Amino acid sequence: MNDMTPITTTLKDWETDQEVRWCPGCGDYAILKAVQRTLPQLGADPANTVFVSGIGCSSRFPYYIESYGFHTIHGRAPAFATGIKLANPALDVWLVTGDGDGLSIGGNHLMHVLRRNVNLQIMLFNNEIYGLTKGQFSPTSRIDTRSPSTPLGSVDRPANPCAFALGAGARFVARGFDVSKNLPDVLKAAHAHQGAAFIEIFQNCVVYNKDVFDAFAQPKGADDRQLWLEHGAPMLFGSEKTGGIKGLKLDPENLSLTVVDVADGDWQAAGVLVHNAKNRMLAHLLVEMPFGPFPMALGVIYDDPAPTYEAAVADEIARATAGKDTSLARLLAKGQTWTVEADGGHPA
Amino acid sequence: MATQVVENPASSNGTAAPDAVVVRFAGDSGDGMQLTGGQFTLSSALTGNDFATFPDFPAEIRAPQGTLFGVSAFQINFGSREINTAGDAPDVLVAMNPAALKVNVQALKPGGLIIADTGEFTQRNLDKAKYATSPIDDGSLAKWDVLAFDISALTVEAVKGFGLGTKDALRCKNMWTLGLALWMFDRDRQPLIDWLNAKFKSKPDLAAANIAALNAGHAYGETAELSGPLKRLHIDPVPAAPGLYRTITGAEAVSLGLVAGAQLAGLHMFFGGYPITPASSILHYLVKMKEFGVTTFQAEDEIAAICASIGASYAGQLGVTSSSGPGIALKGEAMGLAVMTEMPLVIVNSQRGGPSTGLPTKTEQSDLYQAVYGRNGDAPIPVISASSPSDAFEVAIEACRIAVQYMTPVILLTDGYIANAAEPWKVPDPASFTPFKVGFLTEKNDGENLLPYKRDANGKRPWIKPGTPGLMHRIGGIEKKEGSGAIDYSPENHQAMTDARKAKIDGIAVPDQEVSLGETTGRLAVVGWGSTFGPIRRAVDNARKRGLAVSHIHVRHIWPLPKNLGTLLAGFDKVLMPEMNTGQFKTVLRDQLLIGAESLTKTSGQPFQIAELDAAIAKFFDGVPDNEGGVVEANLQQLPTPESGYDDGSLKTGGDAQ
Repeated sequence: MNDMTPITTTLKDWETDQEVRWCPGCGDYAILKAVQRTLPQLGADPANTVFVSGIGCSSRFPYYIESYGFHTIHGRAPAFATGIKLANPALDVWLVTGDGDGLSIGGNHLMHVLRRNVNLQIMLFNNEIYGLTKGQFSPTSRIDTRSPSTPLGSVDRPANPCAFALGAGARFVARGFDVSKNLPDVLKAAHAHQGAAFIEIFQNCVVYNKDVFDAFAQPKGADDRQLWLEHGAPMLFGSEKTGGIKGLKLDPENLSLTVVDVADGDWQAAGVLVHNAKNRMLAHLLVEMPFGPFPMALGVIYDDPAPTYEAAVADEIARATAGKDTSLARLLAKGQTWTVEADGGHPA
Repeated sequence: MATQVVENPASSNGTAAPDAVVVRFAGDSGDGMQLTGGQFTLSSALTGNDFATFPDFPAEIRAPQGTLFGVSAFQINFGSREINTAGDAPDVLVAMNPAALKVNVQALKPGGLIIADTGEFTQRNLDKAKYATSPIDDGSLAKWDVLAFDISALTVEAVKGFGLGTKDALRCKNMWTLGLALWMFDRDRQPLIDWLNAKFKSKPDLAAANIAALNAGHAYGETAELSGPLKRLHIDPVPAAPGLYRTITGAEAVSLGLVAGAQLAGLHMFFGGYPITPASSILHYLVKMKEFGVTTFQAEDEIAAICASIGASYAGQLGVTSSSGPGIALKGEAMGLAVMTEMPLVIVNSQRGGPSTGLPTKTEQSDLYQAVYGRNGDAPIPVISASSPSDAFEVAIEACRIAVQYMTPVILLTDGYIANAAEPWKVPDPASFTPFKVGFLTEKNDGENLLPYKRDANGKRPWIKPGTPGLMHRIGGIEKKEGSGAIDYSPENHQAMTDARKAKIDGIAVPDQEVSLGETTGRLAVVGWGSTFGPIRRAVDNARKRGLAVSHIHVRHIWPLPKNLGTLLAGFDKVLMPEMNTGQFKTVLRDQLLIGAESLTKTSGQPFQIAELDAAIAKFFDGVPDNEGGVVEANLQQLPTPESGYDDGSLKTGGDAQ
């Protein structure tokens, strides 16, 4: 995000005249609405907002947001966004990518935009499949995913987007999913973060990878399978109605997390950890938790700002410029020169 | 040549000295030959000679010491007349070790002078250079003058008072040699002394030792009782147009031109680059120009470098990216996006020998097809080329102008030779440049509507910066509807947009082609582009002095071509096109102009020699009196031959200059 004067807008102001062309039932619709609902709450100015995307279903996103939008080439959106932010740091830039765009062809650029800490929001729509090219397995597809390019099931081990982001040095890592009512809050937290904010958004591809996130995303049993993190709050999940309240506790011997039962709401007695979004080690543990034995960690996993790239670049230019004669004449005549006199003489 | 040589020069003082001399400094890649050459160049400039240089160094950063493939050389041609090339063959060869001698000696003119450091002619070094016996003693150098003495020992002796170890003491050898060269050509030592004091400001002992070595070398020339080949020559200053001069390499000139171009457009410049030989020097120069409105970005790869530059252009700066062939190949898809979104962008290609990694440190002009044709889809991009280091300045400004006046990416072709070669440059007065200020769209351009792809008379669409109130819109690589820019896949729209993109580039105003040297009609036109300018000009000049009806035409605008080029070439019976590739521009001209141009090609990684061009031109004048050009034999030893072991494939260590 950037510092700006809040503007009053409504959801309608962020809709374009373009017909939305995702498949009926696609999770992208829900994400689009969540973003359009969030932007007015941020006081965002459409004229100062830029959505940048790569290639894929998710990357059509900019066409549907009434702001500035740049639909670029496959995997390279982070590089375009970096150039935009360096040229005009005052712009509020959102980057839209997918699991194929961001982690396969564009993995390199995603790594570097995070490492540099360019001040923008990155929404990675993870549907674990290539949708626009008709259903091939992607770098986040689970082992044994059957697809047109893996009729016998995929054998590659999947990438973990949030672990990748942390490994690349991201200072903000969050997770949400398309139809979650909490998604706007996650987006707001990402926007409030100064620096590269990475949000993995699980997104249901109803045509090629239908309902693969149901295990934690479906409303039924959600309490038991979703751990919504909140800085300063105990890491609790579950409900009395089902298996009871549970929490995450540190197992210091194995340097890992374990699930513990919380009796009578006394989470402290059960040793449940309080979420500290500034704790990088904890973030690593949370994003690596295998779903199944553990709930899915959602919300703001890590949020610990560091100086932004474009501020450092601007600062360097300001220091190089301070007190200097910036005229072209001085530049051209730099270095060792000599003058040839009009009389043809040639003093050095 | 970039000294503005005055016509009808006042006669010189009548010494018998030649009007030009070629010196080649050769040594191990760790011997500091490029530095020695660079400082000798500066000294030539300060003396007022015109000059051209040719650094020739291995791709390996630190090849094993003493080996043939680790030899680094720097050639300078300086004179009291206009100098167009670094010279076909050296008059003087300074060889710091046996390998340097072996690799370079065949290039030396018969009767030329060899200065060799016998301190390095040990059995071990002779073995490494694959000499069975020492060439200094075995008579194999008989056709040259040889001045061999122990420069190593003399240097160690000269610096012994400064407390350096033997290794550091020997590192002063290049300054000793430079001192001798300064004596040979009657040069002032003071600028070098000043430079050494500045360079070793924090290490006064090293400065003093190097100065002592420089003085000792100079004194050696002055006092040694040499009745042999060492003679002192004074090369007069070239009569030059009055004004302020400096030396400039092509990479520097491109950098300065880009900054000037951005300023003339009223824009900040954004430069995205990724390290690659020989283009990196442009990045190195630009990072030092931050205070002139330059942001530099060393990206994670070539693709990110161009994409970030396009992003910066989108946000309202002038995006520039630079690379060499392999990197340009990686940028291809993004160039297509810049074509599709009609975004201003300058892409500089410092060409090197290819394909693939090819010859990273050697020059070639073989990326012309890539520049003109090398993208998917119908993606026309204007292409312009630089013909010399100083020309690169003007061409870079021209590239910026075309980019913003037509909202298009522009490819600027230079090459490894131009990038590294230095020449004198008359510093231009910025007030003499014509500004081409950019106007951004600030309000809707069609009544109540915004049409991001509404074209002006030049076919140019408006430049709309994000952040501009009320002009929100979306662009991208998908085909866009004429005018509105909304996604439109319809057949008639794609036809219209393809036509419009082509018409815009075809319609770029390109100055009429002029004849560089000679008449506008004649028997033969020698047509070149890029860094072949120097040798072609010299060879055409030679032929014209023999009365042959030949003209030199040098094309800057490769795409689109100057409108009058076809008519101009029709005035010549024959067209000869020397190129450092297999005939790429020839193909373009044959296709565009339907002319029977003939190729003269060279892909040895070395520039053309004047003698090669003399011979090629002469063939067109068989039977014409005074045409003796055909007997000129090219110096085939310009490039070290495989049997000299230049690169015998045995390289095991050292980084690849990727």
